[in-house]
Amino acid sequence: MPDGSITTTAMLEISDLHGFYGESHVLHGVSLEVRQGEVVTLLGRNGAGKTSTMRAIMGIMGKRTGSIRFQGQELIGMAQHKIPRLGIGYVPEERGIFSSLSVDENLTLPPVIKEGGMTVEQIYDLFPNLKGRGSTQGTRLSGGEQQMLAIARILRTGANLILLDEPTEGLAPVIIEQIGVAVRALKQRGFTIVLVEQNFRFAATIADRHYVMEEGHVVDMIPNDQLDANMDKLHTYLGV
Amino acid sequence: MFDLLGVSPQVLFGQLLLGLINGSFYALLSLGLAVIFGMLNVINFAHGALYMVGAFVAWLLLNYLGLGYWWALFLAPTVVGLVGMALEKTMLSRLYKLDHLYGLLLTFGLALILEGAFRHQYGVSGQPYPIPDLLKGGQNLGFMFLPNYRGWVVAASLIVCFGTWFAIERTRLGAYLRAATENPVLVQAFGINVPVMVSLTYAFGVALAGLAGVLAAPIYQVSPLMGSNLIIIVFAVVVIGGMGSILGAIVTGLGLGLMEGLTKVVYPEASNIVVFVVMAIVLLIKPAGLFGRER
Repeated sequence: MPDGSITTTAMLEISDLHGFYGESHVLHGVSLEVRQGEVVTLLGRNGAGKTSTMRAIMGIMGKRTGSIRFQGQELIGMAQHKIPRLGIGYVPEERGIFSSLSVDENLTLPPVIKEGGMTVEQIYDLFPNLKGRGSTQGTRLSGGEQQMLAIARILRTGANLILLDEPTEGLAPVIIEQIGVAVRALKQRGFTIVLVEQNFRFAATIADRHYVMEEGHVVDMIPNDQLDANMDKLHTYLGV
Repeated sequence: MFDLLGVSPQVLFGQLLLGLINGSFYALLSLGLAVIFGMLNVINFAHGALYMVGAFVAWLLLNYLGLGYWWALFLAPTVVGLVGMALEKTMLSRLYKLDHLYGLLLTFGLALILEGAFRHQYGVSGQPYPIPDLLKGGQNLGFMFLPNYRGWVVAASLIVCFGTWFAIERTRLGAYLRAATENPVLVQAFGINVPVMVSLTYAFGVALAGLAGVLAAPIYQVSPLMGSNLIIIVFAVVVIGGMGSILGAIVTGLGLGLMEGLTKVVYPEASNIVVFVVMAIVLLIKPAGLFGRER
């Protein structure tokens, strides 16, 4: 279990990250850092490079240059399946619930990589909707329940950094509320969370800091308590 | 004595047994193809050749090392699996990003090379392989005579097929396999070494073919062409069952073997084409196959 104390050392440190899918250059020098216990969002328009930054961290990208350090270890050049084993859990935008697996099988699929993950009971307390659904086919769950399952399954593994890609996308406001409660509970438990969001009103309720991305790099960083003061600037960035 | 359609029960059950035995081989081979296709998206045309290699390994073990059937039953699938792993690591793994057709062409070429090499060395006339002592003789079941070895082949094939089905559909390892079949990138992002899993899957799939080869050796002769005679029907079985469906491969393999046997009794002239007629009908009605899911 992460111990919950917020320290000032960076847990994740990305500097001058360039990323490519085949020939296309999608990340142009991303630099950011995330401290232990923080919830940090990546805001930006579609195509700004938020999801690509997450994929670059997980190694799901053709070519990467620059540096991504997690707890001091360089991730660029590391074998792809070793990156999650350092303690990084990834919840992809498309949720990635497996249709040929039951809810239980989906939940227990990611291997436990460290001690201190949540137990299945604790996970059910966090997401009561999933309880009693174990033998249901994974993709028969509603969109919101699939999102909960996608988050739930990485909480077991002992990962202490969680990458959440647009967990509220396409969900009804009541479900977004539930996801928000869960993410805050995770923060309280000491998880460090990087969150990609289009919905900055949701982001504002849980994040400590916001990085704004444009055209494949970070253009601004706004602490959550200065969000109101920077609202005009943010509107310009996001075009809302 | 009762007659069915003017056919004596001895003939009927004899042909059904033959059908069941053929069906056991269809099931074992199409199961391996289904497992491989599901995970690698490769249509493994080398499957028949590797089945032949399995039979030859058994024959070579016996004639050069004096190791008998029971050793071969374990060693030949292991050898074939290792050969498969080497093929996957050095060649097949380079093709996953390309169209299916390339995997098919490569494995077809490999099949031709393997068959050509064995043909060059051993000719086409086929080598006899003795039935192990323990399984000689047979049982009189009243309505028919069941040779022990044939009963063993059907039983062994059923056990292996349903064991494989259980391992894939009901165990944790199988859950990894199913998940990686659906979304390998995400499974890798959970910290599982998918490329190693893919190699092992291919090795396991072709080891099943090697095992079928050993089981077949005492029934059919060990010949370089034994695989290519069988593989076309096995592909029809896979198409009927549904590409990549495990249960589909097993059930369809056994079912079509029986159907072939039955056709031999009722209308022998059609027995060679009945599988393909069934394939055409199934494709017309259910293009994804009997157990396949539309993608």
